[in-house]
Amino acid sequence: MFEIIKPGTKIDFMKRKWIGFLFSGVVMLIGIISLVVHGGPIYGVDFAGGTLVQVKFSQPVAIDAIRGALQDGGLEGASVQGFEAEGKGEYLIRLQTSSSDLGGLSTTIKAALAKQFGDKAFEIRRVEMVGPKVGKDLRTKGILAAIFAMIAMLIYISFRFDFRFAVGAVVAVFHDVIVTIGVLSLLNIEFSILILAAILTIVGYSINDTIVVYDRIRENTPKMRREPFEKILNVTVNETLSRTILTGMSTLMVLIVLFFMGGGVIHDFTLTLIVGIIFGTYSSVYIASVTVLVWENKFPKKKR
Amino acid sequence: MTRSLQWRFLLILAVLIGAAIFLYPTFVKELPSWWPKFFPQDKIHLGLDLQGGMHLTFEVEADKAVESSAERMKNDLGNNLKKENIFYTYLERVQGDKIEVVLLNPDVKAKFDSYLKEQYPILKEATSQKEGDRVKVLLEMDPRQIAEIKKSAIDQALETIRNRVDQFGVAEPDISRQGENMILIQLPGIKDPERAKELIGKTAILEFKLVDEEYDVGRALAGNIPFGDVILYERVVDPQTGAINKIPFVIKDKTLMTGDVLKDARVKLDQNNRPYVGLSFHPAGARLFEQITGDNVGKRLAIILDNTVYSAPVIRQRIAGGEAIIEGRFTMEDARDLAIVLRAGSLPAPIKILEERTVGPSLGQDSINKGIKATIIGGLLVLIAMILYYRMAGFVANIALILNMVLLLAALAALRGTLTLPGIAGIALTVGMAVDANVLIYERLREEMRLGKPPGAALAAGYSRAFLAIMDSNVTTVIAALVLLQFGTGPIKGFAITLTIGLAASMFTAIVVTRFIFDFVLNNFRVKRWSV
Repeated sequence: MFEIIKPGTKIDFMKRKWIGFLFSGVVMLIGIISLVVHGGPIYGVDFAGGTLVQVKFSQPVAIDAIRGALQDGGLEGASVQGFEAEGKGEYLIRLQTSSSDLGGLSTTIKAALAKQFGDKAFEIRRVEMVGPKVGKDLRTKGILAAIFAMIAMLIYISFRFDFRFAVGAVVAVFHDVIVTIGVLSLLNIEFSILILAAILTIVGYSINDTIVVYDRIRENTPKMRREPFEKILNVTVNETLSRTILTGMSTLMVLIVLFFMGGGVIHDFTLTLIVGIIFGTYSSVYIASVTVLVWENKFPKKKR
Repeated sequence: MTRSLQWRFLLILAVLIGAAIFLYPTFVKELPSWWPKFFPQDKIHLGLDLQGGMHLTFEVEADKAVESSAERMKNDLGNNLKKENIFYTYLERVQGDKIEVVLLNPDVKAKFDSYLKEQYPILKEATSQKEGDRVKVLLEMDPRQIAEIKKSAIDQALETIRNRVDQFGVAEPDISRQGENMILIQLPGIKDPERAKELIGKTAILEFKLVDEEYDVGRALAGNIPFGDVILYERVVDPQTGAINKIPFVIKDKTLMTGDVLKDARVKLDQNNRPYVGLSFHPAGARLFEQITGDNVGKRLAIILDNTVYSAPVIRQRIAGGEAIIEGRFTMEDARDLAIVLRAGSLPAPIKILEERTVGPSLGQDSINKGIKATIIGGLLVLIAMILYYRMAGFVANIALILNMVLLLAALAALRGTLTLPGIAGIALTVGMAVDANVLIYERLREEMRLGKPPGAALAAGYSRAFLAIMDSNVTTVIAALVLLQFGTGPIKGFAITLTIGLAASMFTAIVVTRFIFDFVLNNFRVKRWSV
């Protein structure tokens, strides 16, 4: 039998709880520092408003040449970036402004590039223009959606399990979200609607993982009535460890393939999922159950 | 087979046949002619990010419709007050949609009040104050009336845009209202997004006004615009250089006739094969046009669209018959688009673009290819890993996994869900997560076998113990997906849909299908221990 974790493995997770807390604390701190230094998450076009244009040139050109052409066309402050994840000769042009005119910025960009490189040398493959009002609207809606999703899941957990478990799940989920946003900030990844969707998925996945552990705790508690709570948790985490790792790995495997082969449009999206699922898996093993333990030690549940 | 096995077999078979029926239209080029009579013919719908196309959100500036309504009311009121000998010294539209009127004296004010109450019940006095002998009154419209104007402006804008898009010719456009004053437009597979945008967004207010020929254009440009006149420009594109010249006109601001009287607008060609737009009017419009041209022989009549002069021909004689033309050095395309907007009618208020997302067809195709390739490779890796790890049981799990994909796609077709690029990522993610249900069951099965239970008992215990964990964990993920579904825009919805369906399908395949296979094996072969 092929086994990642041998049966009867007894890693004392609970005794080493402070290592886990320390590690998570440091990772979160680094992320938060990065967020503070960058002045919050880098909002993409979706949330900040602005214009994003993806251009494909038949021959790769110098980024400075594109920037120069845009400047000559009267588009100041355009940021131009190679978009290697999508292929050679692909570039992303970002403008902070959006335009409510019908002609729009994309026409201006097209004209400016055509003047410099000729009509046939490039193709505009994608335009995303979001007005400031819509951007703000999406931001509010996005935050609300995230909060609603979490509340709904917590209600479900409290209903199916116990309040202290819900506390553990909340801490674990917050941990995952903060770490993921921190990593995004460190990697200079723009926060877009897709990223928000990825984060909500991570929330779902992490809770999913946590619940499997909780379910086992619920099952083990009557069987090990005489044992201390700490031991129940330890046994449970060890019992579910192989499943947690196996599922995490199979999900990661698919995501890594998507990351390398899925194309540039979902590149950041899959990267976010990868980061989130690694930490989500870790947090469901460590943070979620350890938090339950700490909570239990502080506010013991009255024995019936 | 026992009865229970038989029933489960039939259930699985029914689900499979159903899935095949829903998937068939997507995977064949042409359906047999008898197919639509019995079966659904919806294909899996591709999102704009995969098939290419344009997504636009427009805001209807409904306030402007209220303002122009107030303007009309003011003009009307002015005329009527004169007729009724209710004397005023000042009458203007102020603060957007309010009307300010200064009446000669308190007696007139009293007369004005009773006249207003009788004839203009929707105008209410907001404030009034005495200024010496005069009385200054601020009138405002009934809020219900304002709301009504706004609502009808948006309805009409929606209708007009629909007409324009229909005539422009886009397959399966989706035009809907969003929120209070927004219009959402999806144009799949559009080739020339800029042109479509121009066409949809044009206010297209057609006006006929006289050119003020007695006044020198140079003086007007210097800032001395005579009372009642405006400067409007004609745009002339130089065919060689593409440069745009603006030719100024001094125009008498009084509108003689508007596009309301149009019956039809068609592209026609002159002797030199240059396109122009021929207009024809309703009978009332024809009479009005005849009268206008008769009264103004020898003068120049400017044809103005959205405050741009298109042409300003000299009226040579009274024109009867209700036809006119718009010339303007058009390309064929321009003329065609102009005819479309004139036919479809003007927008009741200007609209502005709030959001635009355009994906070119080549990028869409690239995304599909990459997404599908990545999903297949990722899926294969998972299949291999399952066999390596769980051997025979892994093989059973793989059957469930493949079935899961089939069900997911079939459900997508059946529910008319849209497949987007994040949706493909959702499918890939489902592949990863669908394994989870099987992993939970198999890990349990291994544990039960370690306890020394016989195959049948181990199987039953494994499934029943894993069931709660599978359900609780999936329900929470589905909750997250459902919230995404409520909130998300197109691509995200696609992601949430595939994730939700995928999880539901994985519960079915992992719990019902694999269990059936194990039970079937248990029933027909002598199993000593499970290969798991």
